[in-house]
Order: sequence, then structure tokens, then C-alpha cells
Amino acid sequence: MPTDRTTKLVSARFGDDKARTMAGYEASGGYATLRKALAMRPEDITAEVKASNLRGRGGAGFATGVKWGFVPPGSPKVHLVCNADESEPGTCKDRELIYWDPHLLIEGMIISAHALRAHHNYIYIRGEMMREYVVLAKAVEEAYQRGYLGTNILGTGVTVHLTVHRGAGAYICGEETALLNSLEGLRGQPRLKPPFPAVKGLFGNPTIVNNVETLMNVPLIVDKGGAWFNGLGMGRSGGTRMLCVSGHVEKPGVFELPMGITFRQIIDEVCGGVWKGRKVKAVIPGGVSMPPLDADELDVPCEFDALQTDERIKPVMVRPGEQFNLGGGKALRTMAGSGGVVVLDDHCDIPKAVWRIMKFFAHESCGQCTPCREGTGWMEKVARRVADGTGKPGDLELLSSIAHGIAGNTICALGDAAAWPMLGFLTKFRADFEAKIQQRAA
Amino acid sequence: MSLEFSGPAKQKIAALCERYPDAGSKKPVVLAALHLAQKEFGHLSDDALRLVAATLELPYAHVYGVATFYTMFRREPGGVTTIRMCTNISCMLRDGYDVLAAFEQKLGLKKGESNKEFTLVEEECIAACANAPCAVVGTKYFLDITPAKVSAIVDELRSAPHPEGEVV
Repeated sequence: MPTDRTTKLVSARFGDDKARTMAGYEASGGYATLRKALAMRPEDITAEVKASNLRGRGGAGFATGVKWGFVPPGSPKVHLVCNADESEPGTCKDRELIYWDPHLLIEGMIISAHALRAHHNYIYIRGEMMREYVVLAKAVEEAYQRGYLGTNILGTGVTVHLTVHRGAGAYICGEETALLNSLEGLRGQPRLKPPFPAVKGLFGNPTIVNNVETLMNVPLIVDKGGAWFNGLGMGRSGGTRMLCVSGHVEKPGVFELPMGITFRQIIDEVCGGVWKGRKVKAVIPGGVSMPPLDADELDVPCEFDALQTDERIKPVMVRPGEQFNLGGGKALRTMAGSGGVVVLDDHCDIPKAVWRIMKFFAHESCGQCTPCREGTGWMEKVARRVADGTGKPGDLELLSSIAHGIAGNTICALGDAAAWPMLGFLTKFRADFEAKIQQRAA
Repeated sequence: MSLEFSGPAKQKIAALCERYPDAGSKKPVVLAALHLAQKEFGHLSDDALRLVAATLELPYAHVYGVATFYTMFRREPGGVTTIRMCTNISCMLRDGYDVLAAFEQKLGLKKGESNKEFTLVEEECIAACANAPCAVVGTKYFLDITPAKVSAIVDELRSAPHPEGEVV
């Protein structure tokens, strides 16, 4: 059964300024689980994480324990990298998690690195997160001084090193292979997969890349057991979920909520309803890369599998009458993504909002693949004129065609991330776009 | 070569080079070295890039390629304090463009422009969406900004500058 709304796993120390220091963190029970974990065999930690059904909180929702299991047994050098490059528009949880509880992340990394037998490990933090970099660098220094990091940790023979690596401004570095290239000192351009990082990643070695929130859940799983964590969640998704609610609600915020809470509950019960007494027009369920929900789709649970398969969510169409094919005839509904829930009210200018999303992707395309480099800029240009009221007949068909040409045809998922919301908004809010074009004709 | 890193910067770079023992080169330190160069010289001139290349034993072309990929690096001089004002979706929905316009008016700068004191950047999402519209200035965040608050923010930053270099 999902938790009630008062259960706080990773946000328990929010608001406590002392928890940021080693003394404060230890006083609230911090690093106690580390001692337990260091006495465990690495494979037993991985087994608990597998049993927990912890799924990646960065966007893809991949099972963390399964991912760890992809590292070839006996690999001499393995790396664990924390992806702290949070930059998916609408998402603001990792920044808060790092700011309030940096040692929980570090403890999670040490335990996870032990499980993976990884010695040299890195936190890749977004360049613009300057306050959080300072907080994290200080916490890492404290952990070294206390003997929780370094060689022969607490006399157990385990070695874990941790380095905080600053980015310098590039959304694409949130993509795990671009992140690894950036860590290696290259331009942040994604790599062709396979090989996947778990087999060949940083410096050519097997590498696991996990999100901040994902790693912060690991100490709790080791402390209380994978079955306990799984029991808190819903279906095949264990634990709670950090959700960032922004846009047109009365009380936006970052909340740790039960896995599977519905969007209607999030908006009405957690966030005090839509602002100004208005109604919902659209909800972006997990960062702008994800196709939107409309006002009739708010009773679906915010959970990884439900958002992909719940038949109450209408499939994304390439054009009226032609369903988007995610592969093997599978429909694209939406995905839970990064936890960034953006609410758009019924006064919202949808084509203008979509233009802003397209402007973002055009700015952030790394330029490596032609469909994305050219396509995102082209979509931005056409979306802008539609939003401006200077669109032409045929522009909506053109936008569909460009988006469909990008999707599935690029090295990384940024192309899909631009195409899916474009098609999703056109599917569910076509009348809003048509009205803009007719406005010009009139 | 006309530029040199300060003693503390040299030490910092040397210490960082130890943190990537599996790399087989000093390449992973290039972002940190560029951040340091920008802090010490204000911007990344050709000479600053040459210095980073020589320090890390990398080709100039590689350092140039990296420096021009990431948006936080600037090749031209800028202001002491950089205001990164977000206008992405969550900020836009709560009038972030009006706040950006208020910054432009108060500073007498268009987005992307600089004077000696300030650089104004229209930033993509800075991960403070629950307090939109928002801006990040070095280690300081300005949250729930309205156009009416902009004047006081600029005055505050004028008396207490927040250069990004203080973080490096």
C-alpha cells in the first residue's frame, strides 16, 4: 500500500539547517547505516536494492538494482557517478535535496559504491548550482576528515573516493553518456549506445550513473530492507516520489508524496487548487520532455508504469487518425519523467507555452545529429509564428512532420524529448493551435 | 604567453589532477581550469585558453572546443555580477518575461549584454520552479520575483556584488 502523505524518506531533514553539517547529520542518525552496509557483502546490498523496486528518479524510471547488475562480474575498475545535473524544466527537487541533506547523498554514494566495488566516484553537479556546489564540496571534505571516504574506510578495507565535478552550462549533460564525456573533459555530446555505460562508461570502465534522489534512497533501503521499501510504493515502483509542482497552482512547492498519488490530488489537496479560482487546462506530468495530460486525465496515478499504460490517457498522435508508434505498435501516452509537474490553467496560451518549450530544446540541442540540430530550430521557428498569430495554413501539419522526423532518429533522447511534447500538445490541444491560425486568416 | 595562473589556482589544478587516476591525462580537469581562468582573468581570451591548454598539456583546439560548448564560459569581458534570469516554462507561466523586461530596464541592458557591473543572461531552467519566477546570482537565489522587486534586487547586488568566480 502506498504511504500516507506524512512519510518522508529523503526530505526528512528539509528545514533543518544543522543537518547540513557532519555533526548535525550524525546527531540525526546519519552514517549509522554506512557501518551496517560496510559489514555486508556487496552482492547482498545489490539484492536489497533489487528487492526494493527502487526506480531511477532522473527521468527514465529504470530499475536501479537491475542497472547495477549489468556491471560485468569481476571488472577491475568500476565507477559510480551521481547525476546532479538537474535541468529538466519544471524540475527542482535534486537541488533542494543536495542543499538540505548533502550527507545523505554522500552516505548513499558510499554504500552504493561499496555494492558496485567502485573506487573512484564522482558527483557531476550542474554548473549553475553554485550554492549547492559549495554545500556539497564542504560535506565531501567533512566526510574525508571523518574517515567515511578514502582508503580503508573505518578499518573495513573498503576504499571509496568521491570528487565533486562542476559542469559549466549544458542541459544535454544530464544525458548520461554526455555527462560521462563532460566528466572526461570533452564537449558534452552523447555517445552511441550500445555499449551502455554499465559495460563501458567513464574512462572506458563499467560505470553506473544514478540520479541524486535515487542514491539518497539507498541508505534507507539498506537500513530497513528492500521489502519494506517496496511495500511503501505502488505496483513495481518502490518508495515515495519527490514531486516539484509549479505553474498555475495556489501553492507551488517541492513535496515528497506517495507513489501513485493522482494529479487531481496533487493539485487540489497538496497545492491548494488552481490559482485564481480557475480550472486546469493541461498538466505536464514529469518535466517538459513528457507529453501533457488534459483536464480529463487527472485521475491517473503519478507512477512510472501507470503513466505509460493507463488507458485513460489518450495516445499521442502523429496527425489526426494516425497514432504515434513507440516501437512494435506500442502507443505513447506519457511518462513519469523527472517529477516536474507543471500546471497550466484554462486562461493559458497553449501555443505560446509550446513555443517556449521548443525554444528550450532548440537552444540545448548539442548539434551532433542532424534531425535534432535542424529539427528543433525549425520547430521553434514555426511554433513561434503560430504563437504570434502569424502562422500559415499547413503549419500544424509541418510541425507534426518535423517532430515525427526527429523522434527515434537521433543518438540520444533529446530529440524525442522535443518531439513528444510537440506531438502531445498538438494531439490534445489542436483547437488552440487552429484558433491561432484562423485568427490570422480573419 | 602573457597570462599566468595565481599560486592558489595552480595548487587547485594540481590537486584536481590527482582526482582522476583512471583518465590517463589531465583532460577531466579542463572544465575546472576554465572556471578558474574565467575567475582570474574575467573572460576566456585566446591567451587564457592557451594557458589552460599548456597547463593541462592539451591541444589548444581541444580547449577551444570545450570552452565554446558550455554556456557559462564567456569569450568576451562581462560584468562583475552575472544575473541569470530564468524564463523557461514555470517562470514564463508566472510572468517571468515581465521580470526579465524589468531587469533590462533597470540595468539599461538587453539580455545577453554587459556593463562593468552586470551581465544579464536569459537563463534556461535553474531548478527553482516552485518559486518561479526566479534568478540565480552566484551562490544567491532570488525567488518569487515580481517586476516591482527588481529595482531593490539590483540595488542590493550593486552594494554587495556576487561574482560567480567566488565559487571556484
